[in-house]
Amino acid sequence: MTDAHSTPSTDSASAERSAFTLDGRCIPFAPGETIMDAALAAGVYIPHLCHKPGYAPHGSCRVCVVRADGRELSACTAPALAGLKVESETEDIHALRLAVLQMLFVEGNHVCPACEASGACALQAVAYHCGMLTPRFPQRFPQRALDASHPDFILDHNRCILCELCVRASRDHDRKRVFAVSGRGIASRLIVDAPSGRLGDTSFSSEDEAAQVCPVGAILLRRRAFRVPIGKRRYDLAPISRTGDVATQLQAELEAETLDT
Amino acid sequence: MSSDSGLAVQHGTDQGGLGQGTEGAAAQVGDQVRNAPKPQDPAWAPGAVRIERVLGASLAVLGAGPETVLQHLIALQHAFSYVPEEAVARLVAALGVTRAQILAAVDFYAFLHQTPRGRFDIRFSDNITDRMLGSEALLAQLCAALGVRPGEPREDGAVCVDCTSCTGMCDQGPAALVNGYALTRLDAERIRRIAALVETGTPLAHWPRELFVVSNNVEQPGLLLSDLEPREAGLHALLRRGADAVLATLAESGLRGRGGAGFTTADKWRFCRDAPGREKVVVCNADEGEPGTFKDRVLLASYADLVLEGMTIAAGVIGASQGFLYLRGEYRHLLEHLDAVLTRRRAWGLLGGGIGAWPGSALGARGGFDFDIRIHLGAGAYICGEESALIESLEGKRGIPRKRPPFPVTAGYLDRPTLVNNVETFVAAARIAEHGGGWFRGQGTERSPGSKILSISGDCTWPGVYEVPFGTSVAEVLERCGGADTQAVQVSGAAGVTLLPTEFERKLAFEDLPTAGSFMVLDRRRDLLEMVRSFAAFFAHESCGFCTPCRVGGRLVLDLVEKVAAGAGGTHDLDELRDIALVMRRASHCGLGQTAANHVLDTLDKFPRIYRERLRGADYAPSFDLDAALAEARALRKRKDAAAHLALEG
Repeated sequence: MTDAHSTPSTDSASAERSAFTLDGRCIPFAPGETIMDAALAAGVYIPHLCHKPGYAPHGSCRVCVVRADGRELSACTAPALAGLKVESETEDIHALRLAVLQMLFVEGNHVCPACEASGACALQAVAYHCGMLTPRFPQRFPQRALDASHPDFILDHNRCILCELCVRASRDHDRKRVFAVSGRGIASRLIVDAPSGRLGDTSFSSEDEAAQVCPVGAILLRRRAFRVPIGKRRYDLAPISRTGDVATQLQAELEAETLDT
Repeated sequence: MSSDSGLAVQHGTDQGGLGQGTEGAAAQVGDQVRNAPKPQDPAWAPGAVRIERVLGASLAVLGAGPETVLQHLIALQHAFSYVPEEAVARLVAALGVTRAQILAAVDFYAFLHQTPRGRFDIRFSDNITDRMLGSEALLAQLCAALGVRPGEPREDGAVCVDCTSCTGMCDQGPAALVNGYALTRLDAERIRRIAALVETGTPLAHWPRELFVVSNNVEQPGLLLSDLEPREAGLHALLRRGADAVLATLAESGLRGRGGAGFTTADKWRFCRDAPGREKVVVCNADEGEPGTFKDRVLLASYADLVLEGMTIAAGVIGASQGFLYLRGEYRHLLEHLDAVLTRRRAWGLLGGGIGAWPGSALGARGGFDFDIRIHLGAGAYICGEESALIESLEGKRGIPRKRPPFPVTAGYLDRPTLVNNVETFVAAARIAEHGGGWFRGQGTERSPGSKILSISGDCTWPGVYEVPFGTSVAEVLERCGGADTQAVQVSGAAGVTLLPTEFERKLAFEDLPTAGSFMVLDRRRDLLEMVRSFAAFFAHESCGFCTPCRVGGRLVLDLVEKVAAGAGGTHDLDELRDIALVMRRASHCGLGQTAANHVLDTLDKFPRIYRERLRGADYAPSFDLDAALAEARALRKRKDAAAHLALEG
């Protein structure tokens, strides 16, 4: 609705060409990169859930909200601009980010102690990173189905955060279009492409990239739930700010297991 | 001035028989569908032949591009009151879209359904202005007369009575839609007649026409509305003087977009003209869904030629050959009329191939230009008024706003450079091309040249359409429309600003009170918290669901407002309300989410009493109501006695 994508002032640009500052730190960038791309490349973590390096920016979770030019932007979609002063780890932005996470936690049914993704879940890990230790808003306790129709996967809608990583992976990488988001508003939900509406009746397979990208415990590979015990999982060992995205981690684990056997 | 609502052939189409709900559709996972009405009498299932007839006709007109899917779904909904499962399979095969994509769209648009609604699908407009005119009682009256509950189709498949977001008839409400066609000025007597027509199964084409009369109610014409005779003078100016000269005139006029954001129109046209890409697109945004706005309806009903002329001038300037008029589903009653105007303009050589290819025309040397316009119907989604969501919808998808950049002027419809302007903007552009930029600048303010067409409704003597110069104060407008004892004015719709009487000297202008035209007046009898609740419900319903703050925050806001309205809130709830509203404003993906809680923040600041007087007193009051939670148990035991309730404390 607003068309204001203002260009930064050029006076200081000569010294800072192709670099912006993130919380005062100089971040170089290449043309076409987003704030998120450049920050991650420089080794600076900006919390995020719907973003995955190598995927087209999405900007739906809003966890990567930062402040620049007097307004809030999602770092994963905002183009890096020379001389931009970006704030991420301020108290103000931190509070925004925390509220967004707290919203996600009440929207679905996220019961960390009883979840098999605990310790390997980006939502949990990002929440810890952002200092979220308690729920805040009233739980919505939606009634959502669990789809156990697929021989290799469980699709647990209770934990879906609508990041659309599986939608994008299946559409853009696997060329299958297995997943879609249906409905609108708070009734938005993940659906799969089968007349029965069940994952088992789609072409989804463990070879798919979409099988590797779920940042939470919504798409779960069967028969490996507790191979890595709780307490020894990725984010149990090191915070997400140092470990990176869960998806790449899961993939690494799978590959390591394949090598072991 | 009044115009009939152009009822025509389409009414009868296929509404005589209605389909059976399909188990396949009902077996979907997810809350929404599980709660959906049960399938109807199998005897009514539309057979493959009838589905093929409807789909075949739609495919013949629109083709089988994947971007046409929404229009086919609307045709099916119109014919059968739902989208039959068989038709979905047929569309998957014909268009190359997935079943999931189709169901996702059906589930997204409020006017599309996977199960039958009934021969008569009646939806009451649920804007606060309709409620102020008594719509709730009329809804209850109709439901009682027909023996139905809101939103639940009657078992015999005759009817469904429901609510919908503002239908743009606030100056002649309470309003409703029946099978998509506008009903106005409802009262108890009309409701009795409608109930009888439903019970006798009278085809819509035979319903009394006075039920469908839509008036223009132009109470005050100004710069534009006093000069609406179609004479194609703007288009002739383009042909005589050329595109550059017309663009310069538009720049001189200082015209800014009338949809609310106020981007300079000439800049937008220039960006689109200069964007690389040969196939450019002009889109008229006639999806005016902002509660309380209806002026575009009047422009489309009576001055369609001028709107289309403005689009054609834009096409000539930017070099577009394809045009769309995105007509909100609530204005379906205008469809036949607009189609007829398009047909006439084609016959007159004002649309189609070689426009202006005559001697003496500045464009004549290169054979004029080719441009045609197709009408794209919306299906009940406020978010599609946002230009990038509108483009997604034009492509047949759910209306999810895109990220920017890229902006539509460089990559819009099917990634082509796309110019999207409001109905009123095109009208103004056409007249500016004729009369010049100075003429337009003669009114308004330095930063907001020209006039603004307002839709005025609520507590005033003469609701209707008013055109005022920018810079006019709220008080002046109130005086003209006969607003008395005014408690508050809601400027620019639910997403706009709530004004206290002490602010009525403020001016309607981009630099003070930017407005897309909605102007709702509430006098001192009104409960403003009811307005807040109405807007909160509207935004929770209209959030597209893409981003977290709007999807979840919008619902949390509604829950909190309802909690306070029920007398169960504490001061902590007001703090949370403000905090969530600010998170939505700052962190949402698009303008809808960023503005959706404006009314909450405004009223918390300016009308704190409406909240405070309802607080339970405690700093924190739990939202969990134990006694209410036992309602199901009481119902199972058929207990209604006092002993089955928890003793209320204090």
